[in-house]
Amino acid sequence: MTDLSALLETLRPQLLRYAKLQLRNEAWAEDAVSETLLAALEKPEAFAGRAQPKTWLIGILKHKLVDQVRKHARECSLTTDDDDGGAAFEEQLFNESGHFRDTPAEWGDPQAVLGQQQFIAVLDACVEKLPGQLGRVFLMREWLELETDEICKELSVTPTNLWVMLHRARLRLRECLQLNWFGKQPATP
Amino acid sequence: MFLRRTCQEAALLTTSRRDRELGWADRVALRLHLLACRACPRFERQVRLMEQAMGRWRSYVERD
Repeated sequence: MTDLSALLETLRPQLLRYAKLQLRNEAWAEDAVSETLLAALEKPEAFAGRAQPKTWLIGILKHKLVDQVRKHARECSLTTDDDDGGAAFEEQLFNESGHFRDTPAEWGDPQAVLGQQQFIAVLDACVEKLPGQLGRVFLMREWLELETDEICKELSVTPTNLWVMLHRARLRLRECLQLNWFGKQPATP
Repeated sequence: MFLRRTCQEAALLTTSRRDRELGWADRVALRLHLLACRACPRFERQVRLMEQAMGRWRSYVERD
């Protein structure tokens, strides 16, 4: 039991960081983490002997995060004109005839890139840097792994608008990775 | 034209494949665009890499 509370204390800052990353709201994130810790404390037997307690906690946290999104559905609901400058950002990438202004760079062999711990850390920072609305939607899809129709329902948004928002979040992420990782690697011959 | 897409439109179709099943016209149009364009196949490779990277990121978040 004491082991469990000590462990929860240690992991709390990490849980809170990812809760904030998902919800983009300090108070909701605090609530989600408190509920996660309470749920964990109620089930010491589920914790006992677990090889990866963090995996278990993150699993609980994800459910609590969905609950928070539902609870604050109205504040989270999306409008297309409120997309954190995503539209303007997309327009910059293409010229009037819809061509890429700058040809996308060659990023190299995915396996070589993905094997690097440093790269995942940069990706993590880029996810954190996504603007609020886009970040929330992106992580509902990519971290909570909700289906798109579920996200549409929770956020009262049409599928078309959701696809566009997810697209713009990915364009931002791509830009961030280009600037902070791929653009800094020595050129491959 | 019916099967003609700009890079901007093709880019949206490319990332959306993760979120929805494309209709046949979009699928054909995207395929045709990728064959004719120099920039978009690179973009497509970047998007694939990002999709795999997010998988790594999910395990990174959970790792002790």
